[in-house]
Amino acid sequence: MTDLTAEAPVLTTRDGKPLKASLARALRREKLRSLMLIAPLLVFIVVTFLAPIADMLFRSIDNRIVAETLPKTVVALAQWDETSGNLPDETVFQALHDDLLIAVEEKTHTRLGSRLNYEASGMSSLFRTTGRRVKRMEDGSYAEQFINADKDWGDVKTWQILKRFSPPYTAGYFLNAVDAQVTPDGIEMKPENQRLYLLLFARTMMLSLIITFSCLLFGYPIAYLLATLPLRYSNLLMILVLLPFWTSLLVRTSAWKVLLQQQGVINDALVWAGLVSNTDRLVLINNQTGTIIAMTHILMPFMILPLYSVMKTISPSYVRAAKSLGATDWTAFWRVYFPQTVPGIGAGAILVFILSIGYYITPELVGGTEGIFISNRIAYHISSSLNWGLAAALGVILLAMVLLLFYVYDRIVGIDNVKLG
Amino acid sequence: MSGLPPYASAGQRTWYYGFRILCALIFFFLIFPIMVIIPLSFNAQDFFTFTREMLAFEPAGYSLKHYEDFFTNPDWQQALTNSFLIAPVATLLATGIGTLAAIGLSQSHVPFRPAIMAILISPMIVPLIISAAGMYFFYSRIGLQGTYWGVVLAHAALGTPFVIITVTATLVGFDRSLVRAAASMGADPVKTFFRVQMPLIIPGVVSGALFAFITSFDEVVVVLFLGSASQKTLPWQMFTGLREQISPTILAVASVMVALSIALLTTLEMLRRRSERLRGLSPA
Repeated sequence: MTDLTAEAPVLTTRDGKPLKASLARALRREKLRSLMLIAPLLVFIVVTFLAPIADMLFRSIDNRIVAETLPKTVVALAQWDETSGNLPDETVFQALHDDLLIAVEEKTHTRLGSRLNYEASGMSSLFRTTGRRVKRMEDGSYAEQFINADKDWGDVKTWQILKRFSPPYTAGYFLNAVDAQVTPDGIEMKPENQRLYLLLFARTMMLSLIITFSCLLFGYPIAYLLATLPLRYSNLLMILVLLPFWTSLLVRTSAWKVLLQQQGVINDALVWAGLVSNTDRLVLINNQTGTIIAMTHILMPFMILPLYSVMKTISPSYVRAAKSLGATDWTAFWRVYFPQTVPGIGAGAILVFILSIGYYITPELVGGTEGIFISNRIAYHISSSLNWGLAAALGVILLAMVLLLFYVYDRIVGIDNVKLG
Repeated sequence: MSGLPPYASAGQRTWYYGFRILCALIFFFLIFPIMVIIPLSFNAQDFFTFTREMLAFEPAGYSLKHYEDFFTNPDWQQALTNSFLIAPVATLLATGIGTLAAIGLSQSHVPFRPAIMAILISPMIVPLIISAAGMYFFYSRIGLQGTYWGVVLAHAALGTPFVIITVTATLVGFDRSLVRAAASMGADPVKTFFRVQMPLIIPGVVSGALFAFITSFDEVVVVLFLGSASQKTLPWQMFTGLREQISPTILAVASVMVALSIALLTTLEMLRRRSERLRGLSPA
């Protein structure tokens, strides 16, 4: 062995290749093998999950419908100066006529109308009435005939909107999502009475904070009790935390729906106990109270479990040492024990907050109109108002908030350390 | 909180018992809503509260009629069937490719590990409403919206992070030299996997599968958007029932589901203990 190294500075394997190269090859093969094992799932997630998210990001700025439905008009409008205060000239009206003839044939003009209606009301009916008239128009002055069909075509504002939303991509949905709009003078906030989403975002945050705080308030004593009791008792009590955790979300929500009703068990019990008179039973459901009670119950295990795992690692000797040095029970808790649980509080609070701001089912069922979250509005735009662009923009904002919080969570706890049950 | 010392002052005594009463109240808050629906589901009337007869424990106050409705009503039966058609397939898919990926991830040299991990865990992080919205947009582009496979694929995607997490956790305690020993004695990688590695990580795989199953079985937001009426699952039926005409049958369904969760919880706990015993983390 010794004279081998002395004679040959390059170590080789038995088949004569340098050892270094062989090792590198083996390492490369190992890397490749692990990637091969991961690949099916990676492809699966990218196709079934990340592509949909990317699609949503794209939809929140996608505005190709205008240029696709009215291609010639968009080109002709590019020449028009929207600040002049004059109507576009005849060539634009001619182009609009040509485009609309095709659009009416393909029935795409109503879709364009509802798209532009999100930016200014009245656009939907404008395109519908014009669509009915456009086939009967004769050669000649199209401007006059369009204004005859609907006087809005004689309004410069209509054309300004059409020109503003002719590029293939728009920030319009995002502006809508934060209650702003584009005017000829630039971006400004919508009138006070039309603002909706900022309020909804603020309410989502506010309710989530209240829910997080009450989870902490009630979860902390439970976690403390579980962490300090002897194992055979705490394992038994742990079941009381894990059972709600494992019970179907809808079961828990329906339980609250039943309990909180005016003719439900809680009100009945309060009336029976004489705390509330039979005529003015408490309104506990279909408002913010309902959302807060039900969601605190649903999310509490997510606070208790991380707190418990942190408290479990705190040695009781610190508190004993503090007391032996003359600290009162309160000082020993507040100055010695509590600071050591702060990582657990951080982890639990962020987790509950993240879960809470994205909640949909429970607010929908027990929140009424006052206790709903931003997610309920997203669902409304997808299935009822069909304003998918706005739904996507709201979704992107919510997603950005959640990802930011998760980044913080990752810095505190580490995603790899997520524990289940 | 290991008992009160004999020299405890009156204040400490009050605090000690006060704290225990507080904890008892919070436990009551946690467990009461789930437990109360079970007796309520035997109500002979169509009420959502205890009737006079029930409180007096008269047999006339109780009946099985809501359970009867659940097991005979075609709407509920269709929903139950759909749930059992979707969840197991989604679970199989998620567990299969999830376990493979977890084994890949636990090798010692994985390039871009943090980035890959972030992507694979993402379905768990993104709020359901956002996943549902994105999937609704994208799946309707590719013709999967409103189909059985659309729902199955979506549920499988939502379930995989749980499989990854549980299986990776089991693999942390896995002794690599066992694989080398098998290989040195002439076993090929496939044989090594099924005869050596698989039996040891099976508790992690099964609990991952249970998580994936419950994710799919319990999931309502995504199926609400992606499914058509013929994919109506049990949670979906409960959701519409709660939103439109709340019928006491929901209580019977909820009680059945509580029983199911108790069964699941017991299985998981037993698996966890077995796994810890096998890995020598705790004495038998």
